[in-house]
Amino acid sequence: MDIPIPQTVFYLFSFIMVAAAIMVITVRNPVYAALFLVLTFFSAAAIWLLLEAEFLAIVLVVVYVGAVMVLFLFVVMMLDINLAPLKEGFVSYLPVGIAVALLMAAEMLVVVWTRDRFGPEIYPVPAAAEAGTSNTAALGELLYTNFLLPFEIAGVILLVAIVSAVTLTLRKRSGVRSQSPSHQVRVKRDERVRLVDIASESPDGRSD
Amino acid sequence: MLTLAHFLTLGAILFSLSVAGIFLNRKNVIILLMCIELMLLSVNMNFVAFSRFLGNLDGQVFVFFILTVAAAEAAIGLAILVVLFRNRDTINVSELDDLKG
Amino acid sequence: MTLTQILLLIPLLPLAGAIVSGLGRNVVGRNGAHWITIFAVAASCGLSFKILGWHMQGLIGVENLSVYTWMVSDGIKFEIGFLVDHLTSLMMCVVTFVSLMVHIYTIGYMQDDPGYQRFFSYINLFTFAMLMLVMSNNFLQLFFGWEAVGLVSYLLIGFWFKKESAIFANLKAFLVNRVGDFGFLLGIAAVVMAFGSLDYATVFAAAPGKAGDTISIIGGMDWNLMTVICVCLFIGAMGKSAQAPLHVWLPDSMEGPTPISALIHAATMVTAGIFMVARMSPLFELSDAALSFVMLIGAFTALAMGMIGIVQNDIKRVVAYSTLSQLGYMTVALGVSAYSAAIFHLMTHAFFKALLFLGAGSVIIALHHQQDMRYMGGLRRYMPVTWITAWLGTLALIGFPFFSGFYSKDAIIEAVHLSERWGSGVVYWAVVLGVFITALYSFRLLYLAFHGNERFEVVNSDEEHLPDGQVAHAPVESPFVVTMPLVLLAIPSVVIGWYTIEPVLFGGWLDDSIYVLERNDVLAELGHHFHGATAMALHAVQTIPFWMMVAGFAVATLVYQFRPALADMAARRAPGIYRLLEHKYYFDELYQRSFADGSLKLGQGLWNKADAGLIDGWLVNGSAKAVNWLAGRVRRWQTGFLYDYAFAMIVGLIAILGTWVVLR
Repeated sequence: MDIPIPQTVFYLFSFIMVAAAIMVITVRNPVYAALFLVLTFFSAAAIWLLLEAEFLAIVLVVVYVGAVMVLFLFVVMMLDINLAPLKEGFVSYLPVGIAVALLMAAEMLVVVWTRDRFGPEIYPVPAAAEAGTSNTAALGELLYTNFLLPFEIAGVILLVAIVSAVTLTLRKRSGVRSQSPSHQVRVKRDERVRLVDIASESPDGRSD
Repeated sequence: MLTLAHFLTLGAILFSLSVAGIFLNRKNVIILLMCIELMLLSVNMNFVAFSRFLGNLDGQVFVFFILTVAAAEAAIGLAILVVLFRNRDTINVSELDDLKG
Repeated sequence: MTLTQILLLIPLLPLAGAIVSGLGRNVVGRNGAHWITIFAVAASCGLSFKILGWHMQGLIGVENLSVYTWMVSDGIKFEIGFLVDHLTSLMMCVVTFVSLMVHIYTIGYMQDDPGYQRFFSYINLFTFAMLMLVMSNNFLQLFFGWEAVGLVSYLLIGFWFKKESAIFANLKAFLVNRVGDFGFLLGIAAVVMAFGSLDYATVFAAAPGKAGDTISIIGGMDWNLMTVICVCLFIGAMGKSAQAPLHVWLPDSMEGPTPISALIHAATMVTAGIFMVARMSPLFELSDAALSFVMLIGAFTALAMGMIGIVQNDIKRVVAYSTLSQLGYMTVALGVSAYSAAIFHLMTHAFFKALLFLGAGSVIIALHHQQDMRYMGGLRRYMPVTWITAWLGTLALIGFPFFSGFYSKDAIIEAVHLSERWGSGVVYWAVVLGVFITALYSFRLLYLAFHGNERFEVVNSDEEHLPDGQVAHAPVESPFVVTMPLVLLAIPSVVIGWYTIEPVLFGGWLDDSIYVLERNDVLAELGHHFHGATAMALHAVQTIPFWMMVAGFAVATLVYQFRPALADMAARRAPGIYRLLEHKYYFDELYQRSFADGSLKLGQGLWNKADAGLIDGWLVNGSAKAVNWLAGRVRRWQTGFLYDYAFAMIVGLIAILGTWVVLR
């Protein structure tokens, strides 16, 4: 019996992903949560490969797993967090949380599965892409033609994010020697040089 | 056979889980941020699935932009978190009620 | 100078005088103020007589000149213009002449008053306003003049604005006049609605065509258009000319300085209503009902107000009630379509009533502002000129043959006698009885003030305020500026009737201004029996009014000259009537209780219930409370915690999704 590879991969990684997501929201320690989040994203990247979104899958791994999650870990570890009060009330919220989540999931599943809205008749399964097709090239072509302006704006947004993150966290420390270029530029002569009148003295040491 | 509905179901489950996460971890801002990331992931999942089943790359471009914004959001959110912790010495949401008049 | 320029100068000179002496009062000073204003009035008086002269020589006819168009709205022109016919020129002469006399008199009367320039400015302004009123050729300018004289009247009644009673009186005058003006304005509005024009000539020309028209005011009832217009206009005249029941302001207006009482509240302004009705004769002639109304109101005023005069002790108030009564006579004349007789009486009355007021003022000066006749008496020895002119004025007022008042009043009484209008029988007896009353109170005034024993004591002190019955110095005859107007007014009071009755009443002098239907023309009928002024006077001894007058004279002489006790006895014997007269038929009390207190209560009620209760309590504070309550409830949702807001979003998301699921 042939094992259908796509289905196997899908169910495998879906299971890992859902399990990891459950762990993210239930573990006590934020460090573990961040690591489980990495796992979730990683599984998602695998599933995206199934969907022939290779570039995005890689970007997800590189950007999220490589950068954002590391940022999370940094922050979690940098802050001296008292974990006990953060989990207070977890149990008492659990029934409501589960109820809300189930309700929402049920609603969405009703939407997805009833009346054959998203079934194979309406959305037939597309044929696999031919060998040699580059998802990255196609995406790049689209980004640099139709979506050029949004692309530039996205770059600006990232720049703004960088600047704001820096300004938010920057702080003045006292007792640290530093230069202030603006002060250096604005300096006046009177602040640097003091001219003093001194009576001249004759060679015999007697003042006039 | 994997149909579109399978992928959408996965996205829906992921989204519901993150909603539950927001609900359960209401005290911890870091986990809240993580749950938001999860939500965005589930949305991205739908985008990618639609892109594939519609044969249109625009969905993937969207995901690209969402990733950009999500990264920026995570960076700023964490920066705020750091400043918050520096000022208040806590990230417990139940102690952050400055919004209340 | 063209005619238009002359006509413009006549009202504008006093206006300029008023502005200069009023605004520049510190620049021109006291002497400057009276010279400027007297010059202005004298010039406009001279020009008025010139116009009158031209009319008499037939050099000009009916001149209808539009000077300036203020604006045109929906085809209705708002203009300033002059309609100069015989009626106008007569009124112009009367107004400016009396005004000139009063100006001169004021120099003496207001000598020591700090508001000297202000006073001259006001009376000059009044002259301007009154001239605008009488010279107008359209309803708008008429209304302007009407309101302007009302304004000046208000200012002058309250001239001594530190006196509380004066402030009360001018407020009262203003409010009562507002009631009348409301009717007047409605009348003008009805004219505009019916004729689409404010111009006299247009309206009068179109009026006969609308004689039978009806108008629906309230519900389905149809009213005769002309009756509605005329009654509304006449309500305005009732306010201005102080006809019952809107007369209550005139006696109180005596709070103003005496020259004003003479000029505004006797000779000119209060006759504006009479003038206006005469001017509107083409409209009034078309409504018998309105004319009957006019006549009955006039008769009631003539008789009832004269009777109050008998019991008054204030010398100015007696003259004021006499004015009311005489205005009633004029109104009666209007009511029987004897417009010319009304205007004739208006003219003679202007002279002798101004004379009487100025004479009363002269007495008041001599007694240092004592106005109560109970503390007068015997003044004839001190002030002969005032005494003699007062006698002449009184004889004119009571209608002694050959005096001016005789001709005008007798003409009115005869006109009523001949009239066949509904109700004229009763009115005839009212006006005949009025002659008796007039003689009674007039001679009472004369005797109490000038004859008999002195009821005041000369104390020769410099005290400013002495108790009643004491005067600081012996009374002396008033200065020349006071007596000269008295003499100058006494002359027309005596002779003008004899000279002018023939042209004015029977010679067709006013035919170009006044329109009388043939069936109503009682004066023409009267003219058949007229054989000259002298014959009319001689014939008088055979008429009832003459003997009524003699009876009044006799009673007054008996009671006030020989048996003073009789007056008190009469008051004791008929306490009800006395009290009724003393309280002026309770008109003031009625108005005070009903309108003044009523509106006060209404205002208080509105303030308490509507303003404080409903608006403040329910709408303002109530809505604030509602918002407060609601916000207090909703505020609980605003915990300030992030997760609660997130939860709210999730709930919303679930709800939207659920709706979609259910509906699709």
